[in-house]
Amino acid sequence: MFGYLLTRLLTFVPTFIGVTLISFAFIRVLPGDPIIVMAGERGMSEERYQEMVVKLGFDKPVWEQYTDYLVGVMQGDLGQSFVTKKPVWDEFFSLFPATLELSICAMIFAMALGLPAGVIAAVNRGKFFDRFLMSTALVGYSMPIFWWALLMIIVFSGNLGWTPVSGRIDLLYFFDSVTGFMLIDSLLSGQAGAFKSAARHLILPTIVLGTIPLAVIARQTRSAMLEVLGEDYIRTAKAKGLSPLRINGIHALRNALIPVITVIGLMVGSLMAGAILTETIFSWPGIGKWMVDSIFRRDYPVVQGGLLLIAVMVMIVNLTVDLLYGVINPKIRKR
Amino acid sequence: MTETTASPAPSASEARPGPFREFWFYFRENRGAVMGLWVFAVFVICAAFSPWLSPYDPTEQFREHILKPPAWQEGGDWAFPLGTDPLGRDMLSRLISGARYSFIVGVVVVSVAASGGIIIGLLSGFAPKWADSLVMRVMDIILAFPSLLLALVLVAILGPSLINAIIAIAIVFQPHYVRLTRASVLGELQKDYVTSARVAGASLPRLMFVTVLPNCLAPIIVQGALSFSTAILDAAALGFLGMGAQPPTPEWGTMLAEAREFILRAWWVVTFPGLAILVTVLAINLMGDGLRDALDPKLKRS
Repeated sequence: MFGYLLTRLLTFVPTFIGVTLISFAFIRVLPGDPIIVMAGERGMSEERYQEMVVKLGFDKPVWEQYTDYLVGVMQGDLGQSFVTKKPVWDEFFSLFPATLELSICAMIFAMALGLPAGVIAAVNRGKFFDRFLMSTALVGYSMPIFWWALLMIIVFSGNLGWTPVSGRIDLLYFFDSVTGFMLIDSLLSGQAGAFKSAARHLILPTIVLGTIPLAVIARQTRSAMLEVLGEDYIRTAKAKGLSPLRINGIHALRNALIPVITVIGLMVGSLMAGAILTETIFSWPGIGKWMVDSIFRRDYPVVQGGLLLIAVMVMIVNLTVDLLYGVINPKIRKR
Repeated sequence: MTETTASPAPSASEARPGPFREFWFYFRENRGAVMGLWVFAVFVICAAFSPWLSPYDPTEQFREHILKPPAWQEGGDWAFPLGTDPLGRDMLSRLISGARYSFIVGVVVVSVAASGGIIIGLLSGFAPKWADSLVMRVMDIILAFPSLLLALVLVAILGPSLINAIIAIAIVFQPHYVRLTRASVLGELQKDYVTSARVAGASLPRLMFVTVLPNCLAPIIVQGALSFSTAILDAAALGFLGMGAQPPTPEWGTMLAEAREFILRAWWVVTFPGLAILVTVLAINLMGDGLRDALDPKLKRS
């Protein structure tokens, strides 16, 4: 087990260095001089330009610039935003809870509907229910979520007027951020109606971001369940006369969960991609919207730093899933 | 493999059907896949013949017919069956022309990503261990970035346009093909027929492309179908974010972006482009499922 851990951790190092190389290279392959871009339309005097070259280290050889960058990254220094002048690191972590809250809610939504749907489809294999659920799942899987979001807005915000269109909470409410999670903070603030407002703002983005994971989980659960339902211990359970609910819900589902959990873990990357679209449409102040805005504003340090942090986050989650999988399933370790 | 023997087959019924007929036999059983195939055929026809099929030029503006609802709604006009957009352009014509862009995106992305990925994957599967690990680490690095984000940043570097979006998506999709090809190659290399070809003195290129590659194609073809649909989705998402095809190009995602401010006033300008994306992607995914069932012997009859 220890050897397995070590080899997995060792492959993490070159990947991490590669990711830093890509985000380092990013600012250098951009067309145009980043200092000129930074100066904006006002322009900049020759002396000031030279001063900036030295300050940003552009006069040093490239490999030295890279090692400086790497040392900075290790110390949590990702540069400053051109626009807000705040450190990229601080901006990332002040916005991250919003994305995390949305993602967690989306995953809960996806699992709460996807797992039962997959089990029901597998148990009723080939029958109407199975076909209906799996066709629906395929539609969800093929959904352009940016369009789905617009449809939801038309129906629920426009026609029915049930939910707000954008943001995390009504402007009426104001309280200090404690955990960064609006649902928890609004409860802690004790203001009447604050929690309800936060929840109403969350509903549509949650559904939109959760749709594709929901479809993936339903499909994956179904196929994992089908595999497990053919096993001997299920026959034994049936022979013992256990109730179908107990057989399918406990004996089978528990064993079918391993591949499903892996898929859920590996979905973090695509969840981030979905967050970019969802947050942009619903003006959700999280990492995805921050990245898109920075790309449009040509705020290069933010794009560079955000790219690196998101990639490292995805890598850490994938590694954790891999390791957990090794713990659950001893067969994997031997490879 | 369907090598024909020297002696003639005793009767037609005993002879093994050709690979295509066998494939079709299994594919046909999946009703959804066949339906997907039909919808995809319509999509291809729209893409190929859009200038002749669409009633108007997709960029022509009818200034006196701005935001006309679809024909069946009050105020609609059969001259514009699906209504007009905020600039008075015919929705139906724009949707039909949009098929062409999505089709090009799918075809170019899949052919570039697949051909590059297959070659790198093959080489990596045959290469010595250190080179193989190196390639795989590079692929891991690309896969660490969420694909849409990486494509967005690449387009920001290259400049927003449909071509650059296609390039970015093709780069981002490459690692999937590399991994898939390599995994199949490593599986095939263990088998006896490869050893026998080696012993018979087959050269390395022959071993790679003639002996091993054809046996690795099934999962790659399935992946091709699935990434065709993902490519269309991603290109539309980039267009929607303003980083893909630029207006007035009638690309479906770009159309949605232009229509966004009218969502509460004119449902049709928002609904139809998205529906076109959904139906196309769904059809291709249905086909992909059928392909997988028909081509993958492990899942066959299960």
